[in-house]
Amino acid sequence: MSKIHVSTIINGEPAEFLCEPGQTLLDALRDELRLTGSKEGCGSGDCGACSVTVDGRLVCSCLMLAAEAEGHEILTIEGVANGDELHPIQRQFLEHAALQCGFCTPGLIVAVKALLDSNPNPTETEARYWLAGNLCRCTGYDKVIRAVMDAAAEMRAQ
Amino acid sequence: MAYDGNKVDLKVVGTRPVRPDGVDKVTGRATFGSDFYLPGMLVGKIKRSPHAHAKILAIDTHKAMRLPGVKAVVTAEDFPNIPSEEAFMGEGPMNFRDLSRNCMARGKVLYEGHAVAAVAAITSEIAEQALELIEITYEVLPHVIDVEAAMADGAPLLHDDIFTAGVEPKPAKPSNVAKRIFFGLGDVAAGFKDAEVVVEGRYTTQPVHQAYIEPHACLVSVAADGQAQVWASSQGQFMVRAYCAKLLGADMAGIRVIPAEIGGGFGGKTLVYIEPVAFALSKQSGRPVKIIMTREEVFRASGPTSGGVIEVKLGAKKDGTITAAQVVLKFQAGAFPGSPVQPGAMTALAMYDLKNTSVTGYDVVSNRPKVAAYRAPGAPISTFGVESAMDELARKLNMDPIALRMKNAAKNGTKSTYGATFANIGYVETLEAAKASAHYKIPLGKNQGRGVASGFWFNIGGESSATVHVNEDGTAVVATGSPDIGGSRASMAMMAAEVLGIPYEKVRAIVTDTSSIGFTHLTGGSRVTFATGMATIQATEKVVEQLKQRAALTWDIPADAVEWKDGMAIPAGSNAGAFPPLSIADIALKSARTGGPIVAEAAVNAQGAGPGFGTHICDVEVDPETGHVTVLRYTAVQDVGRAIHPSYVEGQIQGGAAQGIGWALNEEYIYDKNGKMDNAGFLDYRVPVASDLPMIDAILVEVPNPRHPFGVKGVGEVPIVPPMAAVANAIRSAIGKRMPDLPMSPPKIRAALDAG
Repeated sequence: MSKIHVSTIINGEPAEFLCEPGQTLLDALRDELRLTGSKEGCGSGDCGACSVTVDGRLVCSCLMLAAEAEGHEILTIEGVANGDELHPIQRQFLEHAALQCGFCTPGLIVAVKALLDSNPNPTETEARYWLAGNLCRCTGYDKVIRAVMDAAAEMRAQ
Repeated sequence: MAYDGNKVDLKVVGTRPVRPDGVDKVTGRATFGSDFYLPGMLVGKIKRSPHAHAKILAIDTHKAMRLPGVKAVVTAEDFPNIPSEEAFMGEGPMNFRDLSRNCMARGKVLYEGHAVAAVAAITSEIAEQALELIEITYEVLPHVIDVEAAMADGAPLLHDDIFTAGVEPKPAKPSNVAKRIFFGLGDVAAGFKDAEVVVEGRYTTQPVHQAYIEPHACLVSVAADGQAQVWASSQGQFMVRAYCAKLLGADMAGIRVIPAEIGGGFGGKTLVYIEPVAFALSKQSGRPVKIIMTREEVFRASGPTSGGVIEVKLGAKKDGTITAAQVVLKFQAGAFPGSPVQPGAMTALAMYDLKNTSVTGYDVVSNRPKVAAYRAPGAPISTFGVESAMDELARKLNMDPIALRMKNAAKNGTKSTYGATFANIGYVETLEAAKASAHYKIPLGKNQGRGVASGFWFNIGGESSATVHVNEDGTAVVATGSPDIGGSRASMAMMAAEVLGIPYEKVRAIVTDTSSIGFTHLTGGSRVTFATGMATIQATEKVVEQLKQRAALTWDIPADAVEWKDGMAIPAGSNAGAFPPLSIADIALKSARTGGPIVAEAAVNAQGAGPGFGTHICDVEVDPETGHVTVLRYTAVQDVGRAIHPSYVEGQIQGGAAQGIGWALNEEYIYDKNGKMDNAGFLDYRVPVASDLPMIDAILVEVPNPRHPFGVKGVGEVPIVPPMAAVANAIRSAIGKRMPDLPMSPPKIRAALDAG
């Protein structure tokens, strides 16, 4: 079967790639574009390590076909910082030590960004339910949630 | 340079700087096991057994080999058939033959998911097709999953050469019971005779997976001359090298293992599954081979820890003094011997100062994946039983559960059931802190309950190497051989900065490969900050000595007339002469004139890891309609010796508690009648998610360990020991029923409520 040509915008820049018809967006990001910040933890949409946004909407890139990205705008973890300047969410994760192994971190940060872009002032409960699709086995979520709440406050103040 | 663990004027130790690998991890740049690519790289995949127990009659790989794009196919025939040989490289016993046969089945498959063959192909799709083309003829055998069924006479036998060890005389017939062990003190029968109150219980736990979010992944490139490079996510690059060398019959010098960032391990990455397979495929194909496990493979073929049966009997006087304790443990080892029943037995009663004890343990094979270490291996299982029984004893005596524990707590000088005599321990301090906590005083509402439980873990030291380089600009690099699983690079840099007297930001810590640093035992046993930290401190002290010598040479005074203070050489007193201070940067810049590069290494076999104790308080609310348990509040108190980076110490405690809560309430391996796992995915094997948990308060108690320059004790494992009993005791308090079987899932709670 021949490959499919896909044109997208990834992290604000035009990107083209060829993919197999059955290839997931996650595999295309990683294997074709070498954007390896998105991780596969399960391949079934249960862990959230592959979280990206498509036109601003949070998705598990392991559950979306790469060919479906045609014409859409994708944000991955590689596009969250503004050049050398970390996003407040990234900085708060570091300051709160909200990561241990760091494997779930890219997906968590993308998911937190999607939350705060749509709800700048979430309650702790709202943050916990929003992030229920992002598994972290190391932290017990305590420091993650603290980082989210402080990032939200910082972003509101800006 | 003498450090005193009680010294308080530390400048870096005890602060909370950003970890050195932090920015890479929040920006997606960090490279984990699956993030490496090489030119000409092939995709490796593994064919796995669909049966729980079967003889392999034939394997035909011809069709797979002929598929265009397939470059290698391997089976057990491509690995040396190595004899039984004990190896102690991880957090538990290991046998090279068993490990080889776990990586690739030979003659028999012992569990569903057992590797039988593997392929390497130019694409993932072709590799999948090739797996389908491998024809395997099986003779299906009866299987056994449950531990007590596996122990019974007439149970299907997994191995015909297991004769229960530790039983005299040696049994004449083989069985699934690999080993019987015993620990004890005094006279248990007399102790129970003295008892005024006795409680007895039978508790069970299910196997649970470490459930690190990163599936196992590696990339192996074997050249035509046999030299190999391995990129792998593991808890020990030296462990990977040793196992690859042994399982492939290769020399260690020809294998260079480069540690990837590790996406969680918790003990589950202290052994190999795919690295020897990728090695064999690369050798056969002459090309680099990458293998990444799927989540389903991770569940079916790696990890978990044992499920177990824990029988506990405690006798006490009316004042709470325990007169006798008897524990029987039956642990599932999975397909090969090596459950953590020994540490389970050793830790079972370690928290208490007891005169009459008896702990018997059985290591039992069954048709499940071979168990791997999981955080304080064995201790959470035995402790769930003992700490549940302690709660029952407190109820029977009408005593506060903390008071009962205080009455019997191990103290300095206590001889434990497993043999050690304790020194510098902080168990009582954790009980006092728990009792004094705000949490313990919060009133409870309807359907709510509070539980308390404690836990113990040995912590280990062992072999570590570290190198410290002073760079030309006066900054420093610390290289160690310990994979950083939770922030240990930050601790290494902090300890080196403290000794050098320079800011943390001027020291970089890295984890390096097997050809660039001396041997280092794997990251496990809560050993890294203690043992690798000690190597780092010693190497840094040697560097400081060199710096002082260089200053002495510059000033033309004796080296012992130079002092090192705040990152600078200064004359020691007025007799030494009047010289302006020389900073580390001044000395480094001119090092060529004073003897060349300033580098030191230290290799240690660290002894004196202080044992760790923790006490947890859990509040729950039980929904009487659904049986669902909500954890309302959770406080974890732990003696940590001294926290180098308190945030990462708290993180270990919070993460361990969360894993324990999952073990208590949700997690388990579920099998169908054919011995196949029913829930091999994160949807059905449910680990705690953010909305399942409250904030977890970590209270650090610091009783310094005098055997470490900064007082460090291991911290990573203790926190998973108390939670199962803490949750069970809270549920007992909320619903008036003892839940002896994990997980305490809604159907079981409903059934207990319905039983009236």
